[in-house]
Amino acid sequence: MALNKQENKMITVTNLSKVYNGTSVLNIEHLEIPRGQSFGLVGNNGAGKTTFFSLLLDLIQPTTGNVFNNEITVSQSENWKPFTSSFIDESFLIGYLTPEEYFNFVGELRNRNKADVSTFLQNFDEFFNGEILGRKKYLRDLSKGNQKKVGIVAALIGDPEVVILDEPFANLDPSTQIRLKALIKELTSNSDMTVLISSHDLIHVTEVCERIVVLDKGHVVNDIKTSEATLKELEQYFAGAAVKVKEEQEKDSIETQA
Amino acid sequence: MFKHFISLQWKAFFRSASFGKSLGLKIFMAFIAIYFALVFLILGIGLYPLLKEAFPEEDPLQIVNRFLLVYLVLELVMRSALQSLPVMTVKPLLALPVSKGKVVNYVLLRSLLSFFNFLPLLLFVPFAVFTWHETGLPALSMFAWTVAVIGLILSVNYINFLLKKKFADDIKTILPYTLIALIFYGLERFEIFSITEFFGAGLNYVLEMPFLALLPLLLAFALFKWNQAMLKSRFYLDESLKGKVTEAKSQDFEWLRRFGGIAPFLQLDLKLIWRNKRPKTLIFISLLIMGYGLIFYPNDSYQNMPAIFVFVGIFMTGIFMINFGQFIPAWDSSYYSMMMAQNIPLKQYLNSKAALVTFSIVIITILTTPYVYFGYDILLINIVCALYNIGINVPVLLFSGSFNRKRIELEKSPVMNYQGTGAAQWLVGLPLLILPILIFWLLNKFFSFEVAVTTLAALGFLGIIFRNLIFDAIVQSYKKNKYAMINGFKQTGE
Repeated sequence: MALNKQENKMITVTNLSKVYNGTSVLNIEHLEIPRGQSFGLVGNNGAGKTTFFSLLLDLIQPTTGNVFNNEITVSQSENWKPFTSSFIDESFLIGYLTPEEYFNFVGELRNRNKADVSTFLQNFDEFFNGEILGRKKYLRDLSKGNQKKVGIVAALIGDPEVVILDEPFANLDPSTQIRLKALIKELTSNSDMTVLISSHDLIHVTEVCERIVVLDKGHVVNDIKTSEATLKELEQYFAGAAVKVKEEQEKDSIETQA
Repeated sequence: MFKHFISLQWKAFFRSASFGKSLGLKIFMAFIAIYFALVFLILGIGLYPLLKEAFPEEDPLQIVNRFLLVYLVLELVMRSALQSLPVMTVKPLLALPVSKGKVVNYVLLRSLLSFFNFLPLLLFVPFAVFTWHETGLPALSMFAWTVAVIGLILSVNYINFLLKKKFADDIKTILPYTLIALIFYGLERFEIFSITEFFGAGLNYVLEMPFLALLPLLLAFALFKWNQAMLKSRFYLDESLKGKVTEAKSQDFEWLRRFGGIAPFLQLDLKLIWRNKRPKTLIFISLLIMGYGLIFYPNDSYQNMPAIFVFVGIFMTGIFMINFGQFIPAWDSSYYSMMMAQNIPLKQYLNSKAALVTFSIVIITILTTPYVYFGYDILLINIVCALYNIGINVPVLLFSGSFNRKRIELEKSPVMNYQGTGAAQWLVGLPLLILPILIFWLLNKFFSFEVAVTTLAALGFLGIIFRNLIFDAIVQSYKKNKYAMINGFKQTGE
């Protein structure tokens, strides 16, 4: 893959929409994510975060529009796969493998041999906290949090250029959350890796991401370059959203009463 | 409370994700059920006259009494294969104010409504009425007899669940029971002690002393209580959670590395087969089916019908291919999104599946060479069938796999497990088995055995030669169906 150094765009989304049974769940006119950015996606349930990520990975078919990953149309070619990795949910784990076997399997898919993988895993001793490697357990027998750790680390094998993590902080214990934040910061500051994460936790995203996009019912309602004020801004937005919902409900109930 | 349970199950049935899709299967099962009901009813009405005609000297009721035990044992075997305890999702109920006893009772009582309990009634009630009419035995005696038989059938119903719970944990526990059955069979065979006569005599006492009919009912009730106690003791979350954790052994299958690009997938598939209940059982089934030839080859009536041997050949050498292949790629359903998002070229993935299945065909073909004892023709047919399987049937199965939409839970037992079965599985059987038999039969009839064998072999070779082209077409089909497959494999629940 000849990468044009001048080219700054990593992911471009144009006119992207997804409609399920007449209900539009995602509608993004244009979004560009430059190379090396740490990109955060926030929004309430049903805002379209997972739909967006699934579209980036060509796991669902867009109703309209296209996703370009390094100028490759993801729904038409498979050539984006070698440099893109992801962890969306437990359907990305193979339950009957041990963590080591899973890492090696993913490593092989990304042209890393066993020695490469074990060297790579040495960086994560602290992250794993002794609960993953050498425990003689299959992935299906690990707790949700530990499964998540495995999925996240597996997504980092093989120096991918784009890493997509859906809700990486959910289900993790506090120590691991802190370690994960440090890890993501380190990855994006020391390399050209583009990291896309989604989260419900505003504090985590503002700490980790340079840029935060707020989705609401499938639309981009805010696109913020993270600064000191971002967390406040987001909190106000979501508090406002909560108030708005409450008002609407009250309005509805008044109308129904009337 | 039972009202709630019934409504829950009703909803679970009609709202399940695959309801519409598996409706065809359910209708098919309903037809089979109606067919069996009719057979039993006709048999029940006709049993008395038939027995009277076949054994004019004996009392039909006596014959039935003697064979009842054998019937019950057969029914138990059949039930253990087909009937399972009505399932309720217990987990969400554990934390709710629902008493355990009620849930357990509901499940156990509901099992009484099983089709398997109605079926024998269709047989025994008409027979009892007929016997009463013909022999002029007191109505009370025949009524007591019927009650006793029903009691025994219900006992079988609950024995089945008891045994199933035991065997579910460890299949080896079935051995002592088989041994006891064999001992009784031996005693009967060598006329030392006849358990069936003993049992028949017991039923005769019921005819004489109708109140004895309460004994089988009491037995059924005792078994009900036993089931109840056992289910109650298992009514904990950790019961379903514990025991699952087995110590994992890392295996590498390093020797597979020589297969190059497809090695990681082959390793994965071997682990899939070895570490999961359902695919693992397929291995044992495949080994068992290798004995299939013994039924056909020594039989004189088939000697002039080599087309039958083609069926045996395709089936025997391809048994693993059929069993494993029909659920490609549903075996990988629980992590199919990952497979689609990872750096995996589809062609390599399919090639590895084809390699695994081909490997199994070669192994089985080698293992079945001793059938040469029944003639060189048979060996020849088997080898040709293996070639046809490799060249034609493997691509056919892989292609039909792109129409698989149903998730498979790897840890469930495969016996009467229709999970993952859809129209694709039924349709693919046609070209798989019928086509080669038809080709062979026609050519053998109008030309010669040699022409027929050569044609099948040639077709297999053509498939192998053009494999690359064929696989490109299959990959297109997988690409086209990708989104529907990902979506279908995500649907859990029956």
